[in-house]
Amino acid sequence: MTRDGGRRGAAGWGVALTLLLAWLVLYPIVLLVLDGMHGDALRAFAARGGEWHALWASVWISLASVVLAAVIGVPLAFLFEWFEFPGRKLLGSLIALPAVLPPFVGVIAFLFLYGESGFAARFLQYLFRFQQAPWHLQGPGAILLVHAYSMYVYFYLFTRAGLARLDAATIEAAQALGAGRWRTLTRVILPLVRPSVAGAALLTFMTSLGSFSAPYVFGGGFRVMTTQIFASKQNGEMGVAMVETVALALVALAGLALLRRSEGDAILAGLGKGTAPQRRTLRSPLVRLGTTLAGWGFAVLLLLPHATLILVSLVPYATWTTETLPPVLGLVNYGRLFAEPERLEPLVNSLWMAAASTAAAVALSLAAGWLVVRRRAALRRVIEGLLALPWALPGTVFAVALATAFSVSAPLQLRWVLVGTVMILPLAYFVRNLPVTGRAILAGYRQLDPALEEAAASLGAGPWRTLRRVTLPLLRPALAAGASLAFVGALGDFVTSILLYTYRNRPISMEINAALRVNEMGVAAAFGVVLMVVSAVVLGIGARR
Amino acid sequence: MGGDGGGSFLALDELHVRFSDTVTIGPVSLTIERGEILALLGPSGSGKTTLLRMLAGFERPDGGRVRVEGEDVTAVPPARRRVGMVFQHYALFPHLDVGENVAFGLHGTRDEGRGTGEVVAQALALVDLAGFERRKVQELSGGQQQRVALARALAPAPRVLALDEPLSNLDPSLRERTRRELRTLIKRIGITAVFVTHEQEEAFDLGDRVAVLSAGRLNQVGTPEELYERPANLFVGTFVGRANVLRGAAARALGAAHGQVVLVRPEQLRFGAGGSALSGVVAERRYTGAAAFFQVTLETGERVEVQAAPDAARVGERVRVGATRTLCFADQGG
Repeated sequence: MTRDGGRRGAAGWGVALTLLLAWLVLYPIVLLVLDGMHGDALRAFAARGGEWHALWASVWISLASVVLAAVIGVPLAFLFEWFEFPGRKLLGSLIALPAVLPPFVGVIAFLFLYGESGFAARFLQYLFRFQQAPWHLQGPGAILLVHAYSMYVYFYLFTRAGLARLDAATIEAAQALGAGRWRTLTRVILPLVRPSVAGAALLTFMTSLGSFSAPYVFGGGFRVMTTQIFASKQNGEMGVAMVETVALALVALAGLALLRRSEGDAILAGLGKGTAPQRRTLRSPLVRLGTTLAGWGFAVLLLLPHATLILVSLVPYATWTTETLPPVLGLVNYGRLFAEPERLEPLVNSLWMAAASTAAAVALSLAAGWLVVRRRAALRRVIEGLLALPWALPGTVFAVALATAFSVSAPLQLRWVLVGTVMILPLAYFVRNLPVTGRAILAGYRQLDPALEEAAASLGAGPWRTLRRVTLPLLRPALAAGASLAFVGALGDFVTSILLYTYRNRPISMEINAALRVNEMGVAAAFGVVLMVVSAVVLGIGARR
Repeated sequence: MGGDGGGSFLALDELHVRFSDTVTIGPVSLTIERGEILALLGPSGSGKTTLLRMLAGFERPDGGRVRVEGEDVTAVPPARRRVGMVFQHYALFPHLDVGENVAFGLHGTRDEGRGTGEVVAQALALVDLAGFERRKVQELSGGQQQRVALARALAPAPRVLALDEPLSNLDPSLRERTRRELRTLIKRIGITAVFVTHEQEEAFDLGDRVAVLSAGRLNQVGTPEELYERPANLFVGTFVGRANVLRGAAARALGAAHGQVVLVRPEQLRFGAGGSALSGVVAERRYTGAAAFFQVTLETGERVEVQAAPDAARVGERVRVGATRTLCFADQGG
């Protein structure tokens, strides 16, 4: 380890980066708390029953989402990691597909599929000659359905990764000690994958706590905290919105602290190395057939929203009214997307804002990786904490905090008026991207043998050549993974955008929302398909080794 | 490179670095002649690797100087120090092929004009890997990787070659042969080399001289013979080669003064007739072919190891043991 002059030299950079990060991620939150904690707003918040209802709704919806997602995701992970059956590989990757649907796009796909005038309802109406749609897709049940669909992926992927890292020898050891199947499962396997499952639980809890799209579209009269904040801001009650935001932030931090405490750092720790257990081929033909059919059936169910989105995107405006299936299909909507300048603009906006915010987050994370891992700067723990902070708080919280911090011109307090300008939204994307790129790049840096960079130096390479020829090429998988996740996140963002966009930089999600309002389902779906395809391509590139 | 022979080629002057209140390395002073191979030998934590890293420029000393050909390079960064380094795990760049690895250090040197390919080919031929340019690093065996690391370090024609435990990653069966080849190669090129090891046999086999370190201190520098025959202190005596250490009555029986400890090597003990000072019973016999090692439990309760002809004694036999040569040191307790 270099505990020498380099460390002293890095101290200055460490302080500079810490201050920059503090200004970006901590300062807005501090200002939010300071500005928001006024007597009037606090009293108004405390007096209204709706506020407490919404807060409680946020908590129980999140907990229920965790349970539902776990019930679907964990058994699937065991099935795909432990058993061999026809189509396992293909299905195993199909099953992660909800991940390529940005939250808001997923929600509208659900609307087209299971909504009152969606395909499912029309189909049942056609079958049973109902006069009306057999259900309303509204309220907490609808929200939970969307959450379970989009978040079981966390449990599925985390548990599979945990199972894959299991050392077969530990299972064999248990069996050699006389443990039966059940005892091996409960006493050895489950405790070993618990950190992975807990990680997924934490991620699901935080995601549904911050979830906005599903409650916004399906909530109806049922409010959670994120929609409550949006409503207050729309009503011009910025003070109340701030108090609500602080309340939501406190719940998020409490949830994080509770889970981290009960699991310790085991959540983030890896498991032992070794050879993963061999997959068991299902022998009984009946079980084999059943599993295969169930697997494919499930995959079709998962792919229905994607298919629906594509189908609706092909329906020209006002050609589909009461028919079960759309009578006319065509590429008109895509033509309008690329031919009409006012429709092309949101696409361009989203692309440049996502690209710029991702590039900035990657650059800052690289600097942080170098200081934290290589130089072991004195403030490395603070830097890591600041990088991770935006992850611990829902997107709504950051949007309101940035809106608070940058609505005042006070250069001496390092505050400028950015609200209402084009800059505030990419800034928000950038801050929200930091945990994603930071985590990936720091992990990549930690796996990089410092001797490689020293070898470059001993061969006469200066810092830039070492970075360009050795460090960056070796960090490429981590960079690609972090950057692609960040890019896709920013590209499909809805919650930050709806609070901070201006007409001049309106992103795709706002255009989809606008199209829905005027019943241009086809255009909305076409935008959704574009988002879905770009996301899938970018994630595919990012996952390549 | 000129070099008028005045002064030594490589010098470490009072080099020291402090890691914490309890861990200090140095001050260490050493000189190394042109073309000499020096081994830094010591147990783990003795500071040998730190010393090598200060020489190569990766670790900055709190005080002292590193001089190459009289030029003070203490503040020169590794990239401009021209010390070729072979890392313990080789640190070959996994994203580059063998040829690109070896060519890495030729960037911006005069050799680039002469044709990088030619220099790379020469360097690879030197380590017996001619034609391996397009191979992937991961496809090579451990021994081949080690040789690529060596070729890569040598290609830019460094002034000094530094090797950090260069053989520790090889199979024991390969190690001895590689050791010989490595020494032959370094001698043929004539480069000054410093290498770190914790194995005495390796240090003796590969090094012209050996510097023995413990707990951050330099104990002794000398040829293998000097270290073995005339160790400067008890640590060197016991770390280098097999040794019996005797205290108290047994020590005095072998001629030590009060408060002294006696170090005697197994081959310097013999079973014998009259005049032999110690008596005991053979507890164990370990046969090695040409000779055998006998564990003898002395009447004073201590155990000594005696090297003798395989048929010199039997287990259970009562014997007398005499010493042909002993070394006495002041007893520092322990």
